[in-house]
Amino acid sequence: MPPLTDRFAQSAKAKLRKVQDYFSLAGRAIGFIFARPFYTQDVIQQMDEIGVKSLGIVLLTGFFTGMVLALQSSVQLQAFGISALVGRLVAGSMIRELGPVLAGLMVAGRVGSGIAAQLGSMRVTEQIDALNTLGTDPIKKLVTPRVLAALIMLPILTIINDFVGIVGGNLIATVIIGIPTGQYWRTVWEQIVAGGFTLHYIPNDFIQGLVKPFVFGGIISISGCYFGLNTTGGTEGVGQATTRTVVLSSILILIVDYFLTQILLSIFAP
Amino acid sequence: MKDDGRDESGRDAANKREQDRRGEGRRITERKSETVRAAIREELAEDAPEAEQRAAEREDAGESSAVIALDHVFLAFDSPILEDVSFVARQGETICIVGESGTGKSTILKLILRLLVPDKGKVVISGEDITGLTFQEALAVRQKMGMVFQGAALFDSMSVFENIAYPLREHTDLDEDEIEKRVREKLEFVDLDPDRVMGQLPSELSGGMRKRVGIARGMADNPEIMLYDEPTSGLDPLTTGTITRLILKLQRELSVTSVVVSHDIRSVFRMATRVAVLNERKIAFFGTPEEMAASDDQYLRDFLGGY
Repeated sequence: MPPLTDRFAQSAKAKLRKVQDYFSLAGRAIGFIFARPFYTQDVIQQMDEIGVKSLGIVLLTGFFTGMVLALQSSVQLQAFGISALVGRLVAGSMIRELGPVLAGLMVAGRVGSGIAAQLGSMRVTEQIDALNTLGTDPIKKLVTPRVLAALIMLPILTIINDFVGIVGGNLIATVIIGIPTGQYWRTVWEQIVAGGFTLHYIPNDFIQGLVKPFVFGGIISISGCYFGLNTTGGTEGVGQATTRTVVLSSILILIVDYFLTQILLSIFAP
Repeated sequence: MKDDGRDESGRDAANKREQDRRGEGRRITERKSETVRAAIREELAEDAPEAEQRAAEREDAGESSAVIALDHVFLAFDSPILEDVSFVARQGETICIVGESGTGKSTILKLILRLLVPDKGKVVISGEDITGLTFQEALAVRQKMGMVFQGAALFDSMSVFENIAYPLREHTDLDEDEIEKRVREKLEFVDLDPDRVMGQLPSELSGGMRKRVGIARGMADNPEIMLYDEPTSGLDPLTTGTITRLILKLQRELSVTSVVVSHDIRSVFRMATRVAVLNERKIAFFGTPEEMAASDDQYLRDFLGGY
């Protein structure tokens, strides 16, 4: 029996190799975005799959998050007699944090698992080998369109999520707290202005709120493709691949979100 | 002590019974092997013109150049898979690779396709050593080959037409009309009605039809080499016959060089110009079906007896 340190070193080495594989997949997938042939048809199809079909869950989560934010913050703000500022709080939280993170988590659950399941089934039924055999690079044909589609669609979904959330907040503010719609939206705008502007016109909050989903889109799609392509062990392996994708991408989203926030806050310090 | 003695003799008796049973099993295997070999010899004798044709093909092949050559190939992942494997397939030959499950038969196909690279030794395709190629160069070499996967491996998100058209769209400049013409031609070659199946999804086809579409896709780009991974596994005897005939037809009419991995001894004897038997990571036998049936090698006899 090898000594404990040896086994530890070996398992650490294996883990490190997986991390290396993950990043090399990411690098190649992104590199292929700019190389011929372009599988435009596949990109459009994936944009539909990843973006358009996720619209429903994003609308729902955004709307209810906005409502609950307004409800909770009104109680807190009332204690200080400033419940009129609900709009600021809802807008600030939605645009900077909750919009990107919630959209990311929802899409990780819906799309990440879907990507892993599809590529995993293709792996175990030898369709990936078939692509290779027919002279197509599976990374270029399967991974790049998914990554590109996620990079484009996640920011768009986030914008929709933010907007619907703020509208949900508007509903609660007006109906339950009794803040007129006009005043609510004025406070929302005040919040956006308070963050400052880049190049005079682009609100810093928007930049912060859109850098994140861009990164999250990469995390979700590459995790799904990585676990899907490395599926082993038949249908059971496909199940494991989907679970691992959702777990890894959710955790990465939350961890990366923290560090991104720290970096972005230091860049756009008000 | 006394008890121990009784135990001992009891165990001896049990051992003897076990040995007897094994001996009986061995005798049955031998008898079975003898019967199977007799049946195979009979079948080969009936198929005399067929066999003559194959012999002629072998002779032709003997003069033609090697299309596929494995040269002392070693491969190991966690444990050794192939050791010192060498064989040559000449123009127009059909090499069948047989062996027990898990002996690395499919691995040989992956080496030829360069989906895997040997640890030691060379794989030579049409005179070109493909072991040192880059990924992109390997993609180009694969265009010379058509592969039929065990489960057909059709792309299940595409229709039958799109599946067969796929290699044409990827690698040729054919326009839509020419592609459709080619797809129809290939479907007819594998005895499928183009108008009926072209629009269907792979999930709507039976196992035998999927295999045939797989063959049509493999040969769509008119490859010089066809590789088959257990083309008849999981099929009924009639469909097995159809697929075997198709592989023969492909070899005869288009004179492609084929490598077939198979478990199905009957169809192997019908289509092979040479058979390679893989045992314990090595090639235990490489020769004609007739030589195989006549061999006195214990492993070959056991192997045939298993069928």
